[in-house]
Amino acid sequence: MNALETVGLEKRFGGIVPTNDVNLKVREGARHALIGPNGAGKTTLINLLTGVLKPSKGRVKLGGTDITTLSPHRRVSLGMARTFQINQLFGDLSPLEAITLVIGEREKLGTRFWRTFGSDEKLVAEAVALAKQFGLADVLEERTSSLPYGKQRQLEIALAIAGKPRVLLLDEPAAGVPEAERHEILETVAALPKDVTVLLIEHDMDIVFGFADRISVLVDGKLFVEGEPKEIENDPRVRAVYLGERTDD
Amino acid sequence: MNTVNTVQQAVAALKQKRAWHWLEYLFWLGAAASVFLLPSQHALLTQIAIWSLFAISLDLLLGYAGIVSLGHAAYFGFGAYVAALFAINFYGEPVTGLLVAGIAAGLLGLVTSLLVLRGTDLTRLMVTLGIALVMYEIANQMSWLTGGADGLTGMPVNPVLGFFPIYFMAANAYAYVLAVCFVLFFVAKRIVHSPFGYSLRAIKGNPLRASSIGIPNNRRLIAVYTIAAAYAGIAGALLAQTTPVVSLTYIDFQRSADVLLMLIIGGTGYLYGGIIGSALFLVAQKFIGNVTPQYWEFWIGFALVVIALFARDRGVFSIYERISGALRSRKAKP
Amino acid sequence: MLTILFDGIAYGMLLFVIACGLAVTLGLMNFVNLAHGAFAMLGGYCAYVLVNFYGVPFFASLPVAFMFAAMIGLVAERTLYVHFYSRSHLEQVMFTIGLVFMVSALVDYFLGSQQRFINLPGYLQGRFDFFGVGIGKYRLLIILVCALIVIVLQLILGYTRFGSRLRAAVDDQRVARGLGINVNWVFALTFAVGCGLAGLGGALGAEILSLEPHFPLKFMIYFLIVVSVGGTSSITGPFLASILLGIGDVAGKYYAPRYGGFVIYTIMIVVLVLRPQGLFARGTAK
Repeated sequence: MNALETVGLEKRFGGIVPTNDVNLKVREGARHALIGPNGAGKTTLINLLTGVLKPSKGRVKLGGTDITTLSPHRRVSLGMARTFQINQLFGDLSPLEAITLVIGEREKLGTRFWRTFGSDEKLVAEAVALAKQFGLADVLEERTSSLPYGKQRQLEIALAIAGKPRVLLLDEPAAGVPEAERHEILETVAALPKDVTVLLIEHDMDIVFGFADRISVLVDGKLFVEGEPKEIENDPRVRAVYLGERTDD
Repeated sequence: MNTVNTVQQAVAALKQKRAWHWLEYLFWLGAAASVFLLPSQHALLTQIAIWSLFAISLDLLLGYAGIVSLGHAAYFGFGAYVAALFAINFYGEPVTGLLVAGIAAGLLGLVTSLLVLRGTDLTRLMVTLGIALVMYEIANQMSWLTGGADGLTGMPVNPVLGFFPIYFMAANAYAYVLAVCFVLFFVAKRIVHSPFGYSLRAIKGNPLRASSIGIPNNRRLIAVYTIAAAYAGIAGALLAQTTPVVSLTYIDFQRSADVLLMLIIGGTGYLYGGIIGSALFLVAQKFIGNVTPQYWEFWIGFALVVIALFARDRGVFSIYERISGALRSRKAKP
Repeated sequence: MLTILFDGIAYGMLLFVIACGLAVTLGLMNFVNLAHGAFAMLGGYCAYVLVNFYGVPFFASLPVAFMFAAMIGLVAERTLYVHFYSRSHLEQVMFTIGLVFMVSALVDYFLGSQQRFINLPGYLQGRFDFFGVGIGKYRLLIILVCALIVIVLQLILGYTRFGSRLRAAVDDQRVARGLGINVNWVFALTFAVGCGLAGLGGALGAEILSLEPHFPLKFMIYFLIVVSVGGTSSITGPFLASILLGIGDVAGKYYAPRYGGFVIYTIMIVVLVLRPQGLFARGTAK
């Protein structure tokens, strides 16, 4: 059984077909990378996987369970988490509050309306530990919107991990991170728990080849080719597709 | 860094957010004292208390959940009519009336929230306005029940809980209203600082991320809308119990606009904005509004424009901050 | 019954002429202008003053009303509205409601609170029979003038450079800017014209709509219905919505006076809930 799977997934917008008959299979515990040139439809695919978009055809399966008709928050409770290419954070909350919030929701304690937020020591302890893991220990109580970009990016991933997901969709985790702080993000990604299946969307080939054990190439909405990093690296077709991109680096 | 210490610190920091500031103690003690110390102002103070509760109910929607409503008076008026009709036809004890009105208004809020929560900002705005207009029309048309334009009179107001008379007794009525407001304020404060309250803030701040961390946005918003409607209904019931007539003015657009104004003036998102805003509004109206009605309308419009231009969430305080900030930077220059 | 249809169409076209500016404003800048009715009112009062106090012929007062409202709109846009384009809808609502209160108060103070009527020229009063249908001359004029305006608008939008720039900017502001279109200028001009049309509608229709200081608030819901039911991505959407609203309102008041407003509001809610982007809009909502 695959951790994450799509069967004949398709999305049409009038005449545009950003996702075309995609049959993606992500194995349990995999470090699976999804690459492709700009406009290939990677973000649309992520949105289809998470339920933000409804497919025109096809199915999405999480650990064997068909989740095609489930709303985003239901998929989260079944063990799916994602990060966004552009940070989607809670600007007015502190990292501590945000992480504690996620943990609380995970434990189904989000509907408590009488107890004070943060009075459950176990939740807060877990939040603090997680924050430390992501290098946020020194900014625990600062407003998220005032944090430097690198820390915000760490928080972006921390919030997803806090949900203890089975499958994590990482959308270009290093996007926009200044050179000096990139290695922190890369270390974080490398240090992700081994029992979490990771689907990584990435542009940066160094990150992809350093991290992935399997690569799928998406071109014009279709899965172009799939295989191990060595195969993909040496595949002339992939090089051709990326030729324009790589010389611009 | 000692892990245990940090966790303790973290828990303490989070609990601190809910803690009562000494100013708050002072405020509520002062409010209680005003029952005895300001006998001539009881009518005005009762109005302020009722409108504060109404404004707080709107703050739950606007300041914490991010829902803009142009028709919140629908629940206020509905609660008032329900309380009046209940007292007239069944039982005149006020607290029972409040409960009935709150439940009725809450149910109305629950049902209408399903309509409101679809669509974008603008459609929500319009649906809230539409709901209030429909409720107004219903109240107007069902004049056999509601008294129509003339209003509903003859509502019996029995002693509160059987022993505390408030009918035509300004001081007692004020004490009753103040007590109810305090209790509901206390509950609102707990709700707002609970995990549920935080999830609302998350939904307001970033609905996309909120659903991506497992928060069922719609369900939470429906819940807060229901609570806000119930609160508004109780406020309406309080007004019905302390004034001789329940009329269409309880449910017209002006009322929805006024409460929105009060909340905006006082500031959203910290519960006291509703109290401060209604106090400022009603006191100002007492002095300015008596000169000429157009005078009042003009200056209220002006205040709105100024607040919209210069203030963010904190209403009049934002303007104060801006001015004092500007003055401070002036002083810094040699 | 046909008379009611006729009257309803006249009313609807009037609503359209006034509300089309609002539709474009909303579609173009995503700006909720609840003060739009105030421009219609100002145009109406302008014509009222000109015709009743200065003896200006009715037809001459119409373009003046247009210019008057358009000028005020342009000034207001450049000085005040421009600050709110990137603000939240709540702040836009606050600002525009505040404006309405101020304008209503001023009008009330200077011109009194009774409903005002413009002295219509003699040949516009009365009605004539057309195959058994009673046609009011005044309402016929309204239909003709409004139809003319609609045709001109369609021509401008479809066949002029300005029109295509406007359509581009409505479709996608960022792309339009990227193409070198001066979106700010397009908007200022469009806003002014929209206000002018509102003023023209207010002057033209002063007899049917009630011209008094609280007109903007009373009719706000109607304009909003036109815009939200009709959508903001075309002219035909709001046009059809206005006609339906006009006929519905007149028919409602005639056949079921007890329920008129109630039915309209309920229909509006139903439409918005089922199709949040409007009955006639294409594509997804903003």
